[in-house]
Amino acid sequence: MLGEDSDRQARGTADVVARRSYGKLLAFLAASSRDVTAAEDALAEAFAAALTQWPQRGCPSNPEAWLVTVARRKIIDAARRRRRGEQATVELASIAEQLASVAAAGEIPDRRLALLFAAAHPAVEPGIRAPLLLQTVLGFDARMIASAFLTSPDAMAKRLVRAKSKIKQAGIAFAVPDRDELPGRLDAVLAAIYAGFTEGWTDPAGIDVARRDFTQEALFLAQLVAELMPNEPEALGLLSLMLHAEARRPARRSAAGEFVPLSEQDTKAWDANMINLAEALLQRASTRRAFGRYQLEAAVQSAHVHRCRTGENNWAHVISLYDALLSICTSPVLRLNRSVAVAETLGPVAALAEIEMLAADRRMAEYQPYWAARAELLSKTGAYQEARQCYDMAIGLEHDGAVRRFLQRRQAALPS
Amino acid sequence: MQYLLMIYSEQGAWEKLTPAAQQQGMAAYNAFTEALRKSGALAGSNRLRPTSTATTVRIADGKSQVLDGPYADTKEQLAGYYLIDVADLDAALAWAARCPGASHGIVEVRPVWSMPE
Repeated sequence: MLGEDSDRQARGTADVVARRSYGKLLAFLAASSRDVTAAEDALAEAFAAALTQWPQRGCPSNPEAWLVTVARRKIIDAARRRRRGEQATVELASIAEQLASVAAAGEIPDRRLALLFAAAHPAVEPGIRAPLLLQTVLGFDARMIASAFLTSPDAMAKRLVRAKSKIKQAGIAFAVPDRDELPGRLDAVLAAIYAGFTEGWTDPAGIDVARRDFTQEALFLAQLVAELMPNEPEALGLLSLMLHAEARRPARRSAAGEFVPLSEQDTKAWDANMINLAEALLQRASTRRAFGRYQLEAAVQSAHVHRCRTGENNWAHVISLYDALLSICTSPVLRLNRSVAVAETLGPVAALAEIEMLAADRRMAEYQPYWAARAELLSKTGAYQEARQCYDMAIGLEHDGAVRRFLQRRQAALPS
Repeated sequence: MQYLLMIYSEQGAWEKLTPAAQQQGMAAYNAFTEALRKSGALAGSNRLRPTSTATTVRIADGKSQVLDGPYADTKEQLAGYYLIDVADLDAALAWAARCPGASHGIVEVRPVWSMPE
């Protein structure tokens, strides 16, 4: 009985440390060698050792330091096996020294920010940055990441391995960039976090545990960056944007699991605390007077919240925010969203004229919201036949059953 | 590259749906097929009759054996397929996720083993 108890306790402690400190331990172990794969392997071995040793000898008073000490030994052993000779000895000595000095102090420095910047480095292929953050900083396995990003597990694992060897072989630094380089580099980190978040967000009902976790963990990363870089307005802006989206999650599905569009959501079902926090962050960011994409997108969310709560028509303000966004980055998705606001102020014909410019864009041809918006606008002009066809495209491109049924209801409601 | 999207779903589940839900389901499939066609990816597609209509054939010891029923007696059965032509596996998986079959069943994605001319 005692054995079982201490076994469970050891497992519990290991779980807690893995959840809370995985990224911190990995970042620390990988920072000096830049070898993420070797650090991952060593850390995995250290966790395995913990599960066999802790039940017998009791949990150490500082589990993190214990794991780092064991992992460090594994890294040195592995390096010794790989290379021999004087060069290796000198290198090993320096790695060992760096790791030892910190572990001895008992306090492991937080290098997660450095790891974030390495994973989202411009030399790393943009599409793999978000998965890499999820794996290295948060410890998700490749299979779970692959399924959220709609890729085969095998392909995802290979791309992750390639990215990590690129970091090591290209000598990408584990460091927060200098002031003058920071804006561009921070952008990539924020973009990767946001990509992780939006992947999670496509499952608003939260049925899929893996995806819901991504949303939570991406929020955690955004919080971490905002905390570690409290003077970066865009970091605050991203957190504000994500909190706004997350606050409305409970209202995006009816009790029966059906999709509810923003204009029909019950504002009382929104998480008011989260919205207040988002507003405060945006306020704080705006005092820095350096507006960027995320602050502006958060401001759009803030305007939607205000309108839905008070009924005040603020679409002109929304359009001006989109104009500001479009002056920073041209994106067909932004244009599309702007046209929705245009429809509310200048009417559907003006909005359709704007959307017409997007029709030639290949990316729009397979983008469900484009067809749904078009159908919506066409139905307002009385072009029901065309609207019906556009709804067909939107329905055919949607992969969320609840959204698909919502679009089908809209289509069925068209006058014949 | 060509991929076969095979839709596996629970036998008899369709018959249990209300007529309205069946109509909605059909419309979803039609819309998906149309979206595939418009993107130029559709190479072929069919819905299969239930496995109660299936017959299996095999030759053993030079004698033919014909049996009533499907090859494997599982809860989920092959209900239809889409043959699509897209750039890579990721594109095929994106279409598979949009297939209504992914919501009510499982869609297996298999690359076609193309034969040299």
